[in-house]
Amino acid sequence: MYAYDEFDRTLLAERVTEFRGQVGRRLSGALTEDEFKPLRLMNGVYLQLHAYMLRVAIPYGTLSADQLRRMAYVARTYDRGYGHFTTRQNIQFNWIKLEELPEAMAALAEVGVHGIQTSGNCIRNVTTDQWSAATPEEVDDPRIWAEILRQYSTMHPEFSYLPRKFKIAITAADHDRAAIKVHDVGLRLHRNAAGELGFEVLVGGGLGRTPFIGKKIKDFLPVRHLLSYIEAVMRVYNQFGRRDNIYKARIKILVHEIGAEAFSAEVEKEWESIRDGALQLDDAVIADIRSRFIYPKFEKLADNPPELVEALQDERFATWYRSSIARHKVPGYAILTVSLKPVGLPPGDATADQMDVIADLAERYAFREIRVGHEQNLCLPHVAQRDLPALWRALDAAGLATPNVNLVSDIIACPGLDYCALANARAIPVAQDIARRFADLDRARGIGRLHVNISGCINACGHHHVGHIGILGVEKNGQEFYQITIGGRADEQAQLGTLLGPAVSYEEVPDLIERIVDAYLELRTNPRELFVDTVARLGTEPFKERVYEAH
Amino acid sequence: MKLIENGHVIADRYVRVADDEALPEGAPVLVSADRLLREGAELARRGAPVGVVWPNNRRIEAIEPYLDQLALIALVFPTFRDGRAYSQARLLRERFDWQGPLRATGNVLRDQFLYMSRAGFDQLEATKDADADAYVDELKSYTAFYQPTGDGRPTILRARLGRVAEAPAQAEAAE
Amino acid sequence: MAAPQQQKLKVNGPVTVTANRLTDGVVVWRTAEGGWSTELNDAIVVTTAPEAIALLEAAGKRDTDAVGPYVAPVILGEGSAILPGNLRERIRVAGPTFELPA
Repeated sequence: MYAYDEFDRTLLAERVTEFRGQVGRRLSGALTEDEFKPLRLMNGVYLQLHAYMLRVAIPYGTLSADQLRRMAYVARTYDRGYGHFTTRQNIQFNWIKLEELPEAMAALAEVGVHGIQTSGNCIRNVTTDQWSAATPEEVDDPRIWAEILRQYSTMHPEFSYLPRKFKIAITAADHDRAAIKVHDVGLRLHRNAAGELGFEVLVGGGLGRTPFIGKKIKDFLPVRHLLSYIEAVMRVYNQFGRRDNIYKARIKILVHEIGAEAFSAEVEKEWESIRDGALQLDDAVIADIRSRFIYPKFEKLADNPPELVEALQDERFATWYRSSIARHKVPGYAILTVSLKPVGLPPGDATADQMDVIADLAERYAFREIRVGHEQNLCLPHVAQRDLPALWRALDAAGLATPNVNLVSDIIACPGLDYCALANARAIPVAQDIARRFADLDRARGIGRLHVNISGCINACGHHHVGHIGILGVEKNGQEFYQITIGGRADEQAQLGTLLGPAVSYEEVPDLIERIVDAYLELRTNPRELFVDTVARLGTEPFKERVYEAH
Repeated sequence: MKLIENGHVIADRYVRVADDEALPEGAPVLVSADRLLREGAELARRGAPVGVVWPNNRRIEAIEPYLDQLALIALVFPTFRDGRAYSQARLLRERFDWQGPLRATGNVLRDQFLYMSRAGFDQLEATKDADADAYVDELKSYTAFYQPTGDGRPTILRARLGRVAEAPAQAEAAE
Repeated sequence: MAAPQQQKLKVNGPVTVTANRLTDGVVVWRTAEGGWSTELNDAIVVTTAPEAIALLEAAGKRDTDAVGPYVAPVILGEGSAILPGNLRERIRVAGPTFELPA
């Protein structure tokens, strides 16, 4: 956990006061909607189809039990009793009133939570690996650096009115769970030959209308230069990013148009002037931030305690265990993923009651800590293996133990046309239909790891380009149609999916997905060859033949 | 439209002169960047102050050779959503050491006053009169700042150093 | 359904002007009296582009009641019933198409 001090709390309180004033001026007419919109967006407030929507940041995916409980409170008091976890380590409340927003924000600010910069043309919530400080794979806790960037970017006076939004993601593990290659800036923390920490810097990745994989512009940026280098990137982008066309305003277009080399040269030139200035992170500053992260005091435990071994005799528990538990860096502990994908329910949604249950369990078993991943599931990063049977029983009772993590029914979906003012087609009911089609979890396990991503429009909040199977909703003559891509992936081997064939109607989607899966089962060399590897080996043609031509 | 300088409403002494207009004798003038670049030598010999309106789509580096002869630099926000002039302002103050008045013009609204001040603007041409009256309140709306700019305000990162990080009760209880 | 605000105005049948109420975001429709109603049946329906543009312009004059007005298709049902004209508008009237959590 990161502990806010009085500076952070003061700033949050001032922000709430400012927003209260802005809402007041909007309601009185002193601010026009055009003037107010960027201000509300920078506080995470959208106007959607049916109501205002509040997006609240979960910086680097870390939440305390108290914070999650407060979200449950906000869901109950100001919304309709549930929230939606997004692909960017945020939570959204869908039915909130503008008049009540300042109160809801004040309630959140009391526990150090806010919607600052979860929207708007500014540096957004910095995301990272939901397994930070728990996985044995990482070289350092990436949240330290995400927090340094969070502070640096919060209300940055120079970079709050950028050409377009700006998303930064960090991984400190070779296996990338933060999708850094499809962010405006992706940072991979690693050590050089001398053992020093630094970042590989990628720039210009992103999804949306014009998807790109990020391009490397630096192999090794010593960590002390993180802020000056980012400032140089931002300054080049702020001045030279396109502002004439909203669809060409992201940094990826600038990088694409002038080339990564020319872009990098501009950044280096700018960086040269500021690298040794006030932004240089000295050891004291880094140590200070590091000291604010409170880590669990782990007990000395052994792996595979008798409670666990015994529970694994129960087939239901064992199934859940294999799906939901990952290796922890400390013996006797585990990383537990809480599936928010019960078959047939909206992906990523949790009720206020479920949030309370998870907060209670985190308090009792998990050092009060909860994480949120871009797959729209939650995670208890530090649980003792001996407590897993009790945790499972409690999660199961709350509908939170669906053993489908990473399976075909663990679908990533944006809110789509059921909520979103930008959407062209629905996403959630499509996910529900597909999940129901694969409701037999034995069958889903036989298929293996398969990520299905659904977006209700080209803005790609469901990250469809990087789904193993990607589904994009489009509109044709007033009807919903869906384009299917296969072979995308969001990890360290990130790549964009390839279009499989003509778009199909809403009703046809589950059949089509089933045929793709059947084709894979027929084409794979053995059950250990994952879907995405079969596509990589064979390309899309054999899939196309089997999926389209038989029908 | 009210012009604010460091919190006070002041009269604008400068006359904006179009590129094809003759310069009024003895009066402080604001000319375009084009005119400055074209007639720089003549403008330097003028007896009265010369300021420039520098557009936000021209590299600010090009102004450097003229800084000594300028009495005012005005930057432009065509809409408040277009933030290029913030970068230009910081570069003028922090890179080129511009000490003279730096004016924000265009769509200048109270919700951005503090950002402008932090970027180095000390004159604001407020679009709405009511906004100008709120200047003092706006500048006081925040007392804590995370990141350094050239404005001299202390930053949270530095202010924390030397102090012991609080260990909140709730986190300890978990251990 | 491409966001209606971005569409060129084409009127091929009955349309209304709709928006969201400023205070709480609730869906509202322009009425004949120049106000807003939360009931689609209270909406003023027009059938030509000039009429729709006139309604839209009037609605846009004051943005403290409703936000983001645009022209939306409707279907005239039995009796005097006014029904939403496409899926997006049906969802705005009836809410999400699946059962909500909680």
